[in-house]
Amino acid sequence: MTPLIEVHDLHFQYEDGTQALDGVTFSLQPGETVALFGANGSGKTTFVLHLNGILEGQGSVAVCGMPVIKENLTAVRSKIGMVFQDSDEQLFMPTVREDVAFGPLNQGLTPEQAVARAKVALEQVGMTHTLDKAPYHLSAGEKRRVALAGVLAMEPEILVLDEPTTFLDPPAQRNLLHLLQGLPQAKLIVTHDTRFAAALATRAVFFDRGKLVADGDVEEIVRHFDWTYPVLPEDLRYSAQRRF
Amino acid sequence: MHHVLVDRWSRGTSRLHARDPRAKILAVVAFLIVLATTPPHAAVPLMIYTVLLLAGILIAGLPVGSVALRGMAVLPFSLTFGLISWLAGDALRAQALVEKSYLSAVAVLLLAGTTPLPLLLQGLEALGTPRFLVMVTQFLYRYLFVISEQAQHFRLAAACREGAHKKHRRMRFRGAAGALAVLFARSYYRAEGIHRAMLARSFSGRFGVLGGLHFRASDLLFTLAIGMFLIVVRVQ
Amino acid sequence: MHIPDNFLSVPVWAALDAVSLPAVGLMARRASRELEDTRIPLLGVMGAFVFAAQMINFPVGIGTSGHLVGGALLAYTLGASPTVLVMTAILAIQAFVFQDGGVLALGANVFNMAIAGVLAAYWPFQFWGASRRRMAIFAGAFISVMVSASLALGELLISGVAIPRPLVLVSMAVFGISALIEGAITISVVQAIEKLNPRFVQKPAVASGRLLAAISCGALLLGIGGFLMASSAPDGIQKLGMELGLTAKTGFHAPLADYAAGYFEAAWMRKATAGLAGLLLIYGVCVAAGRVLGRQRSA
Repeated sequence: MTPLIEVHDLHFQYEDGTQALDGVTFSLQPGETVALFGANGSGKTTFVLHLNGILEGQGSVAVCGMPVIKENLTAVRSKIGMVFQDSDEQLFMPTVREDVAFGPLNQGLTPEQAVARAKVALEQVGMTHTLDKAPYHLSAGEKRRVALAGVLAMEPEILVLDEPTTFLDPPAQRNLLHLLQGLPQAKLIVTHDTRFAAALATRAVFFDRGKLVADGDVEEIVRHFDWTYPVLPEDLRYSAQRRF
Repeated sequence: MHHVLVDRWSRGTSRLHARDPRAKILAVVAFLIVLATTPPHAAVPLMIYTVLLLAGILIAGLPVGSVALRGMAVLPFSLTFGLISWLAGDALRAQALVEKSYLSAVAVLLLAGTTPLPLLLQGLEALGTPRFLVMVTQFLYRYLFVISEQAQHFRLAAACREGAHKKHRRMRFRGAAGALAVLFARSYYRAEGIHRAMLARSFSGRFGVLGGLHFRASDLLFTLAIGMFLIVVRVQ
Repeated sequence: MHIPDNFLSVPVWAALDAVSLPAVGLMARRASRELEDTRIPLLGVMGAFVFAAQMINFPVGIGTSGHLVGGALLAYTLGASPTVLVMTAILAIQAFVFQDGGVLALGANVFNMAIAGVLAAYWPFQFWGASRRRMAIFAGAFISVMVSASLALGELLISGVAIPRPLVLVSMAVFGISALIEGAITISVVQAIEKLNPRFVQKPAVASGRLLAAISCGALLLGIGGFLMASSAPDGIQKLGMELGLTAKTGFHAPLADYAAGYFEAAWMRKATAGLAGLLLIYGVCVAAGRVLGRQRSA
């Protein structure tokens, strides 16, 4: 089976010289859900931005068999959909309808087809009633779901979610979890919430200062790196010994 | 905050709300022009205009008292100049100034209160405003609420930490400048984040157009009726 | 500084609408062609920033606090051409949503604040920005507010709004203070922004600076002219306005019938041509400025 994502020896340096990614090799098979763990600034989000060509580094990146280069970007971005951490940056159109239809329109659909796709996507996330609402009237959880709808409307094969539980209260988190569990696409979930990740993924990778230092079972990685979240009082006894 | 309230009003469902934005824009502009060219001592037309606005407010289902109150925002300016004109011996102009400026403000408030701003902007675009400018205004409005809230937080945070003593004035000034700089940077990075989100959904340099406006027979009727009524009143 | 409706006489607001709105439209179409739509979110968000920034109080003594207008700040960070568009967007929102400034008077407010004010801020920055940066920024912000306010005052006077001489002088003093505050806030904020990230602030362009400076000079002179006229002879301006037929005659001077007839008299039209010629010159300046600024953008 062709891997959905194939990254080989990826390097990336910021303008100020910091090595953000230092030789990352990774692959994602169809139907897999993988959690991406790591300290803040370890390169998780930077890595993920290479998958749809927003950032360009040295090394090879291929999505659904296509190299992620300028000529393929439109096609690549149709295959891999990204939900960002800040929903306010993602829902930039005046109404939900216009925002969710934004992606399909860019894919070349007619306005009618785009709105039809938007309605289907909103139904998938349970937000059909917000069709003509303005984004600033929605709660954090609702915004997250609409942002997801905006991505689903493009009918991608891979979903990437960057810290999806940020700003969500427990009911909204549970809601999102059930929603994601029901979606068939392969998923990459960047998160600190290891419980949330473990409920969705069986595989996890660990980033440390731009390097991918571990790739394996979720529970094992959490245990090995002492990455339990939320932090319980007992955990604090061991955290002082952590090397970062 | 004012724009929050007007925004809420604009999402009503009256027959006035349902009119095509172009019809409403044309009607209000016609009203403003007729009002502006009405000679100062024509009391009857001014009364008729007031009744027309009142009818509009009632049909739209907006709270009359609240609309009347918010229209008064222009009064400090016009009362000042009115007073000056009156003292200069031109009582007629003074009165006209105050009445007309108030009616103008209420008319625009009625327009804003019956048309959600993105729809209003679409109407302006259909009437000839360049798309680039319309979209910039659209984005401005979209992030007005978010960034205003951020600014409020800054004000609150600063107020919690500042000293009231004269000595601290300079520090407060610098503090405010620093706060603005941070707000600037956050806004700039927010714009970059928006750009990334746009790229991630295959944005290729041009915004697509989604829905068209539909100018129905009822809109035409509305525009013509108001237009003709105003002309008749004016010419009398 | 925002002029509401029914203050300006018909010829004045109509002429300014006819001059500034197409000028801005031209710049918008040019921006669309040269920048693509990619810059739209940045311009929109920065407009929202200015709105929010106007809420923050800067203590200036004796229990008062000033606040930022923002035209100069935007010009020094985004560049002059985008600032014209952002300021127009801000004025449009202020007129329609906040009823701050009239709808028919939008052309006048756009001319004063989005066009003349921005050009007036840009000129000192272009001329002195390389050598005496701090002074250039302070001066630019100061002149920007003075020009916008003076033009507004001039337009009111020429429309026949009665403002006795002492009040004009007081107004000028108030404008001066506001302008000083704007200068202080602008330089303070620009320096703070630079500390965060130097690339946020524009570098004064050296190449086409001269032509741009010349055009901005024209706008500046207009502003200064307005200022001089307003402060020295408000009655004279009103008389001039009446002569040109720009002033709305009130019933105080003539019965209704004469007023209605006078409006369409050929004599009035002949006199108004002189005024219109002056305004067309201003239009030409704006269009030329738009072209030059647009060219700079793509450079």
